[in-house]
Amino acid sequence: MSRVMGFLTRRKGGTGWDWTDVFTFVWLGSAVFIMFGPALWLVMSSFKSPAQLSEFPPTLLPYEAQTVAVEGYDRPLPLFSVTDEAGTRQLAEVRRVGTVAQMVDPANPTEVQRINIANRTPMREVGFSWDNYLDPFLRFDFLTYTKNSIFVTGVATLITLLTNSMAAFALSKYEFRGRGFVVVLIIATLMIPLSVILVPLYSIVSGVGLINSLWGVILPTVATPTGVFLLRQYMLTIPDELLEAARMDHASEWQIYWRIVLPLTAPALAVLAIFSVVWRWNDFLWPLIVLSRQEVYTLQVGLNAYAGELNVQWHYLLAMTVITMIPVVLVFIFLQRFITAGIAGTGLK
Amino acid sequence: MTGVKEVLGAVVAAPLGWLARLLDTPLRLWQRLAGQNGMVAFFLLPNMAIFTVFVLLPLVINIAYSMTTGAALFLPERTYVGAAQFERLLRCTDYTDLMTCQEDQFWIALRNTGSFVVLQVTLLIVAATITALILNRALRALSFWRAVFFFPVLLSPVVVGLIWRWILDRNGVLNAALVGMGMDPVNWLLDRNYAFSAAIGVTIWAHLGFFALILLAGLQAIPRDLYEAAEMDGTKPARVFWRITLPLLMPNMLVVIVLALIRAVQVFDEAYVLTGGGPGTATLFLTQYIYEVGFASLLKNPGLAAAASILMGGVLIVLTLLQLALGRKNERKGKLK
Amino acid sequence: MKNTMIALALGASLMGTTALAGDVRLMWYSDGVEGEVMKDLVARFNAENPGINVILDEVAYKVVQEQLQIQLEAGSGPDIARVTNLKTLAPHWLDLTPHLADPEYWRTNFGAHADWMREDGSEAITGFMTQLTLTGGFANATLFEQAGVALPGAGATWDDWVNAADQVAKSQGTAAAFAIDRSGHRISGPAVSYGANYIAADGSPAPVDDGTKAFAEKLVGWVEGGQMLRDTWVAASGSTYRAAADDFINAAIPFYYSGSWQIANLSTKIGDGFDWVATGSPCGTAGCSGLAGGAALVAVKYTQNAEEVAKVMEYFAREDIVKEFSERTLFLPAHAGVVAAGGMNWQTEDKNVGAALDAYIAAAGDILPGADALPAWKWATPYYGALVNRISQVMAGELTLEDAYARIDQDITEAVAAAQ
Repeated sequence: MSRVMGFLTRRKGGTGWDWTDVFTFVWLGSAVFIMFGPALWLVMSSFKSPAQLSEFPPTLLPYEAQTVAVEGYDRPLPLFSVTDEAGTRQLAEVRRVGTVAQMVDPANPTEVQRINIANRTPMREVGFSWDNYLDPFLRFDFLTYTKNSIFVTGVATLITLLTNSMAAFALSKYEFRGRGFVVVLIIATLMIPLSVILVPLYSIVSGVGLINSLWGVILPTVATPTGVFLLRQYMLTIPDELLEAARMDHASEWQIYWRIVLPLTAPALAVLAIFSVVWRWNDFLWPLIVLSRQEVYTLQVGLNAYAGELNVQWHYLLAMTVITMIPVVLVFIFLQRFITAGIAGTGLK
Repeated sequence: MTGVKEVLGAVVAAPLGWLARLLDTPLRLWQRLAGQNGMVAFFLLPNMAIFTVFVLLPLVINIAYSMTTGAALFLPERTYVGAAQFERLLRCTDYTDLMTCQEDQFWIALRNTGSFVVLQVTLLIVAATITALILNRALRALSFWRAVFFFPVLLSPVVVGLIWRWILDRNGVLNAALVGMGMDPVNWLLDRNYAFSAAIGVTIWAHLGFFALILLAGLQAIPRDLYEAAEMDGTKPARVFWRITLPLLMPNMLVVIVLALIRAVQVFDEAYVLTGGGPGTATLFLTQYIYEVGFASLLKNPGLAAAASILMGGVLIVLTLLQLALGRKNERKGKLK
Repeated sequence: MKNTMIALALGASLMGTTALAGDVRLMWYSDGVEGEVMKDLVARFNAENPGINVILDEVAYKVVQEQLQIQLEAGSGPDIARVTNLKTLAPHWLDLTPHLADPEYWRTNFGAHADWMREDGSEAITGFMTQLTLTGGFANATLFEQAGVALPGAGATWDDWVNAADQVAKSQGTAAAFAIDRSGHRISGPAVSYGANYIAADGSPAPVDDGTKAFAEKLVGWVEGGQMLRDTWVAASGSTYRAAADDFINAAIPFYYSGSWQIANLSTKIGDGFDWVATGSPCGTAGCSGLAGGAALVAVKYTQNAEEVAKVMEYFAREDIVKEFSERTLFLPAHAGVVAAGGMNWQTEDKNVGAALDAYIAAAGDILPGADALPAWKWATPYYGALVNRISQVMAGELTLEDAYARIDQDITEAVAAAQ
């Protein structure tokens, strides 16, 4: 708390609360709740059993029925809390027939009591359904899927960074005929979502023979107009004098790109790298169309085998979703340091 | 930590640097032979080649599709019908009443997308600016706060839609909380306005961090002494914001506006999973309409979908040109300085 | 740099498209445990047949529904696929007759549904139904008992069921009395029970008739009256499928109209929560019809290994394999011999399941001719889509019923015109 107070009071250099400080406090406070809440809930839900997932009211923590071993019964019996005229007590249920449950007191297993089901509530304890995570690993070749996902993400990101930065360099630092046209073309196509050109794109990819190949997933996504646009905007802020000075020193154009412009664009490159990784890792619609053989499945395609016509096996889907989130989070944690360092080190000030 | 970072950085950078040096000699030769234009071609070629084949060509084919009809999916087997698909999309008996249009759902989707874009982009940019300004204050644990806002960007849109559907569902967490507080549950996704607001709110939730981060980078690049000078002059904070912060933030703001607009127009996955276009057609957006007509339905109609996407593209290009004009004004300002 | 990339791309594509002789690609989607059962069966087949290598590609249903058609039209795709959209894609299926050791076995045991998966007028054998489904109702017997309302018996009409369920809902404070999945397929059995006929004399789609209107009017009335759960139909647009199973599982509705495929799902998720029974389809003025359907395993025309494909198909169509598959997945078998022999040993401990499955087998006798013709009718899909799309707009208050009927007719006419 003293930490929060520390930064709140520092801004104005004095004591007392400015309205902006209160606003900051409220904004950040609710952000933690609104931003983290749903994700925490996703993670918790991934440990729930199928029955518990469709339960109302939902609980934050995963629960499982508490059971008790009762003498004379082979299997552990579910434990209930029963409240009726005879008071409140814990009983184990033997069986239920219609609205009447036959229950026994674990301490006195011979005497069967008949209880109306309206008077009993199940006893539950927090319990994690690890099977949601284990079963898919036993059933599917997640190692292959992970390998494919890493390949697609890694190669696509590298190609994206290289080709986009080269194009952005040409479009921001050279005057040539048709430059305006290319820029407009790129920005105009930025707007067309993939879901709109699925059929023509499929016919091209199939014509080039890249169906069921990871390159069929990579190539259509790497020439992202977004990347070119982002990098170009950033490169425009780099002063031309720097380039001129380098040319005076007989640097080749390639060296100017590689040694001067690229390092100065580091923050934008880091941003694009993060996005490329996130986008390619999460890509779903397009890989689903191109990849229909399990040896080329990416994780997102693989885990969608749980979505059937009439039912979706949410418990597996959620667990696998959480697993697939981990690498992206790691990449972000790692790269976000570069962004800070990048911005501080570029001499942009 | 720094050790790991440096080692990793070196591992990645070393082979790349080596490769770059290797390329230098042949490229110098090329530069001497082909001149500056040759170098421009070299820099543009890889990107433009991929771009042409996988982005431009499908768009051109799409135009061809929009002039055909038939059950066949692939172009050579389809029948040419000229502008019939466009006529079908645009025909209405009474243009003041969308329900009289032949393709009423196209018009509904167009109207929904329009209002969504205006509202979502405005709110998103305001929220992102506020967030960036707050993060730019001398905050402790900045990387933690940045991560708080940024991490939904890491989630796949499908997951975002699902999480929020469970929260807003009649049997969802939000209603459980309302009931817990003794209030009546609300059918969030069954009310036109709530569902529309939910689509806006959820897409903002998912993208806020991305845009705030770009703006934050811009804010941090603004020289501190400018603020100090303003403070010495006793300038009011609001005036500082309008006269110093906003103008200097403009290049980043432009990126944010363009990207936010694009994202909003393309709204699909999150909203589709969240509301499925409902209730009724209250959140049916253009992309969903095109996707369903041309791809998702069992009797695909790629001709009609292509025509719709071209109409959509036309509107977008006008929008883009407007923005570019704005951007160019900005660029010139930058050069003058 | 670019050359390397192209070389790499070419290399990868070669690797990606090479089909080894003897490889049979089987595209399979799962609603529940059937993927695991199939995996097990495939492993057994591969062990018994060293020359053939069946590769099971488990996919999302979305792939079968949306992407498979594109692959097929491009002349590619798997060798065998599990498909529900059988009639529309029929031109792409392979006639197995010349490759089968005993075509007569197929005609005797799977002949009843052969028309569902071949072009009109054809005599081809293209595959077999992995399971039959039948639409029908489920009632929460425990809720009815708690409310003291008797379950409506045989011959009860839709109104009887809705009224009874409404009494239960009022007494037990549930969200609504009943729900129907958001699907044109689900409401078509009931519509036929009210005398609807979708098919004109020449096989083309007939305009919306009085039978369809009668049931559509009831549906809208039930939503307005609060008896039918609003969420399922109203909270989506277009022809999106939404199931109301979770509401039934949560005891939020005492009556639920869905189909036989829900049995395994209900059993897992309800567990011992309450007793539930399959009720068959409630009656209309013309009968008490449900609508049959299901998924089939079909061979694809573009296969390089037709002989091997036929061997694989023969294996999965074997009487003992069909029986085992059905028993383990809790699906209704489509094999005439298996059905006639009876004595299914359902692999479950849930006493509700066996009774429910038997109830569905019995209800299959109630299917009216008008409903029986639909699965083999090529325009059924656009008809279902238009019904769902427009009726839910009426429920959301965007259209009147009269406008909706006109829109449905127009949508279907346009779909037919565009497909010709």
